[in-house]
Amino acid sequence: MTSLPRSTDKRLGLAIDLDTCVGCHACAVSCKEWNSGGSGTPLADVDAYGAAPSGAWLNRVHTFEITPPVGAAEIVHFPKSCLHCDDAPCVTVCPTGASYKRGEDGIVLVDEALCIGCGLCAWACPYGAREMDPVEKVMKKCTLCVDRIYNQTIPEIDRVPACVRACPTGARHFGDFADPDSSVSKLSAARGGLALMPDLGTGPVNRYLPPRDTRRTQTATVDPPPPAETSATGFLGWLDAALERLG
Amino acid sequence: MTMRHATPDLSTPVSDEIRQTTCYMCACRCGIDVHLKNGRINYIEGNRAHPINKGVLCAKGSAGIMQQYSPARLKKPLLRTGERGSGEFREIGWDEALARAAGWLDDVRQTDPKKLAFFTGRDQSQSLTSWWAQQFGTPNYAAHGGFCSVNMAAAGIYTIGGAFWEFGAPDWDRTELHIMFGVAEDHDSNPIKIGLGKLKARGVKLIGINPVRTGYNAIADEWLAITPGTDGLLILSLVHVLLKTGKIDLDYLIRYTNAPWLVIDDPAAADHGLFARDGEGRPLVADRRTGIVVATDERSVKVALSGSFRLADGRSARPVFEGLAAKYLTPEYSPEAVADRTCIEPATIRRLAAEIADAAFERELVVHQPWTDMKGERHETMVGRPVTFHAMRGISAHSNGFQTCRALHLLQILIGSIDCPGGFRFKPPYPRPVAGQPRPHGGSQKCTPLMGPHLGYPRGPEDLLLEEDGITPQRIDKAFSWDAPLSAHGLMHMVISNAHARDPYGIEVLFLYMSNMAWNSSMNTSEVMRMLTDKNEDGGYVIPKIIYSDTYSSEMVAFADLILPDTTYLERHDAISLLDRPISDPDAMCDSIRWPVVAPDRDVRGFQSVLLDLGARIGLPGMADPDGRPVYRDYADYIVSHQRKPGIGPLAGWRGADGSKTGRGEPNPEQIRRYIENGGFFELHVPEEARYFKHSNRAWQDWAVAHGLQEGPMENVFQLYLEPMRRFQLAAEGKLTPQPPDSHRNRIRSAFDPLPVWYPPFADTDSAEVDFPLHAITQRPAAMYHSWGSQNLWLRQIHGTAPLFVPGAVCDAHGLSDGDWALLTSSNGQIRVPVARMDALNGSTVWTWNAIGKRKGAWALDPAARETEQGFLINHLIAELLPAKGDGLRWSNSDPVTGQAAWFDLRVSIRRDPDQSLAVSLPRTGSQVSPVGQGPATVTSSGDLTR
Repeated sequence: MTSLPRSTDKRLGLAIDLDTCVGCHACAVSCKEWNSGGSGTPLADVDAYGAAPSGAWLNRVHTFEITPPVGAAEIVHFPKSCLHCDDAPCVTVCPTGASYKRGEDGIVLVDEALCIGCGLCAWACPYGAREMDPVEKVMKKCTLCVDRIYNQTIPEIDRVPACVRACPTGARHFGDFADPDSSVSKLSAARGGLALMPDLGTGPVNRYLPPRDTRRTQTATVDPPPPAETSATGFLGWLDAALERLG
Repeated sequence: MTMRHATPDLSTPVSDEIRQTTCYMCACRCGIDVHLKNGRINYIEGNRAHPINKGVLCAKGSAGIMQQYSPARLKKPLLRTGERGSGEFREIGWDEALARAAGWLDDVRQTDPKKLAFFTGRDQSQSLTSWWAQQFGTPNYAAHGGFCSVNMAAAGIYTIGGAFWEFGAPDWDRTELHIMFGVAEDHDSNPIKIGLGKLKARGVKLIGINPVRTGYNAIADEWLAITPGTDGLLILSLVHVLLKTGKIDLDYLIRYTNAPWLVIDDPAAADHGLFARDGEGRPLVADRRTGIVVATDERSVKVALSGSFRLADGRSARPVFEGLAAKYLTPEYSPEAVADRTCIEPATIRRLAAEIADAAFERELVVHQPWTDMKGERHETMVGRPVTFHAMRGISAHSNGFQTCRALHLLQILIGSIDCPGGFRFKPPYPRPVAGQPRPHGGSQKCTPLMGPHLGYPRGPEDLLLEEDGITPQRIDKAFSWDAPLSAHGLMHMVISNAHARDPYGIEVLFLYMSNMAWNSSMNTSEVMRMLTDKNEDGGYVIPKIIYSDTYSSEMVAFADLILPDTTYLERHDAISLLDRPISDPDAMCDSIRWPVVAPDRDVRGFQSVLLDLGARIGLPGMADPDGRPVYRDYADYIVSHQRKPGIGPLAGWRGADGSKTGRGEPNPEQIRRYIENGGFFELHVPEEARYFKHSNRAWQDWAVAHGLQEGPMENVFQLYLEPMRRFQLAAEGKLTPQPPDSHRNRIRSAFDPLPVWYPPFADTDSAEVDFPLHAITQRPAAMYHSWGSQNLWLRQIHGTAPLFVPGAVCDAHGLSDGDWALLTSSNGQIRVPVARMDALNGSTVWTWNAIGKRKGAWALDPAARETEQGFLINHLIAELLPAKGDGLRWSNSDPVTGQAAWFDLRVSIRRDPDQSLAVSLPRTGSQVSPVGQGPATVTSSGDLTR
């Protein structure tokens, strides 16, 4: 068993806007690219050009179809990566101490030197957010790009996770959820940000911003204007009058 | 247990060096920062300063690194040794390859230049490739626009002097309502995504109109599952409601459109339906108070929009607007009349019209920026109608696509939302109306360049490219013939079938670049493969010689005789030129370059350099000097030193000997270096006064002329009524020459309505409704571009399989469950496909992701790859020609105006395959030997990506 910090100074995480995400996979691929060259071992792919290619990804976009009883069917794109839980079961289950949560910022990491690839953490994670590297046989997971966000060798504006940097729609937001005045805290409050499966007691830090209500209130917008041709002269009569008003 | 963890190194440098160039993972052309470590590419991210993507990057862009390391990259020139299609080649040196290609080309040029058909695919160097073909003297050149979206481009140019995507963009920052028609996840990729993000951040309503709900339509606040091919009907019904409720901008119509222009009303005359003009050719309008008829540039007149007016010759004429209103106010365009066909409720159509009117007129935008219009009138403000639209192939790839695209522009114009604040905005160098566009040029004489560019915009039948009989097409694709008079992008999809049929003539050399014609870039893939391999009685191929240039081992490679291997986009020079397909922003003129950020590690050459080399070898004017020596060292040299007109070259930035001039200026040998120093692009902002109403803005005109975007001032009156269309109708009516053959008269009379019109797609016959009750379409995935993505080990993990998505009710009716194999049948054939249930879909439509299926042996994939075993193309079901209708003719399955391939007209039926035992798609298309072997099993990327 591995211990969790009692609390962390910061609670870094992501606010992911499901009303804006178009499911383009930009976040997933930029994540794969950054973390294949990152501080850990590369994210491997096996049977890469074969019949059943598979690889380690730290972020995947899932697509769900919702068929409400009334109204059009909906498609929701749902990017999923580690939620950096306050009470991370993947940490406490780790037999070697490889899985850990940082006290300073709450990021959950794997120390690959200590990881024996037993896979218990992946079983313990209710979100399926951990993936075994198929070559190195060590557990891989979202690091919130810890090697970007503090990286003094890149411009300050770029010190955000690769997925946030890449996201073309601006659907991904990075910040400190421990600070109620941070942009992510305020955004989450304003949009009713949701914790994923909160009843499990894992205390996920990331928040999902649900689709706005506009999608279901679409019919309550504008009343059709009255016909222009109410006069006896019909449309051309309206036209003449309208032209005269123009001067 | 608490462990001490080795703190990861949080400040490892990403790379040794960043080189900034332009992405080519799709046609979007974003700026990228390419990181290099030890001379190898190890990371690619978006360029924050770049006008297109402003730092973001899509899935394809980030996966570009795996395209660079793709095992499918060709390594050396190849000469076919086996039969076509087999993929059996031997590697040859460049000397041999170029000598052979030059020999084939020179033979044709010395005898009959039209026997060369040179067609390029997703070519971003069309200003070079078209010039090369022009200098060669063959009339047979085009890129892939005829297959892709010429309806959109041509309808836009003819109507407003611009079009969506490369010619214009929504005012994302100001619009109050955005409506997308037929837009899948591309064109253009990141700007749309950035724009949608802006709309969402501002809470602006987004309406998606598409038979399929994926991607952008998934986040639409309202999604309308329209029936394919009926968008024009919906749009004209919106026009009907807007007219009926008086929600149109009459001031805008009077100022900027031909609404008041008088149309001759003299049914028996040869000019019936043409504009009444004065002796100087100026169109005429009538003063509604006095009835006096004057030229349009008369400022004091109060123009009439209705009524009959007497012309100087005693005949009468009526304003365009009157005919327009009469046409769309008829009950056939009422919401009730169109509801069944479009699958959109009448109340929804009325509300949609009301929402458009509300945003346009109740939320009018006023920008306090004085400006002067082309008639010299000073305006203190810029008034905006903040409603924007975007549309793409979903509306254009139909046989009624040209008229539908025109209808959408008509709608935009009626509410006054073209190039106003909050509306659709032109991107420099646009607007460029037909008056500023070339006419098409043809002809074919030994060793003689064409007199002008191949592709252009006919003003009437006299501009067609016909032989002296007035009927026979000059071009192998029959562009600019009676088959497709306004085919402004050519008809790439007809080249192979026409050449195979020797109709209008046989060819000697087919020269293709970057176009997978043996696979997903053709209608009727199986038949095209047969045509490419078909032989004469003497044993020679019907299409004798095929030269192909590609970077990768695509399907088309196996069907060619001589392969000229291209570089990747990271190993080459390119100019993304204002002379070609510009990347400008509405607020700035922009262009950009690619440059070799790494050197190729294979014996390959950039195609554009090879083309110039070939041109010099066969002595093409402009490419070889009088002594036969090459004028240009390579493409980079051409980019810098070629001048299309004095002072105008491929790149606009840093011209002049010292790099101080923009747009116009003598060549600057240091130009490419200046681009590299600036991040790979050039950007010059349009002055504030010139940013809107560019079609009639004096400041814009002056600025555009000063910067070489146009040669002189050019008023651009929006053409609600399109006179060139009427001229074709007159020819069909026997009143103008040349005249179409009798077989074409009815078709031209009905399709060439000078006002936008809707007619059912040609495939939607009564019998099709019964035999093939479903529509079949494709959507392009955001994480894949055409066929290129499957060789990419990351992207193929995202889109390695693609079922046919089938509406729930259709699944229930046919007993289909997820994973079942179904037989999908059209009038052209049958394919066997895996299915998946989906409800976010028009109830009579099935669809799949575009071009996921691959041929065995292509793209360095395992022959057992999912893309080959389960993957499929619906192209097999589509034919270039429509089914016979008993009139002895086979009509083209294309738009009759532009020749755009009507591949979204496809009608099918579906049933569960009684034999579920095999887990493979049909048809099987044979296999090809891979000239590059097969990709490695395991990739850890450690050699390449490690920081």
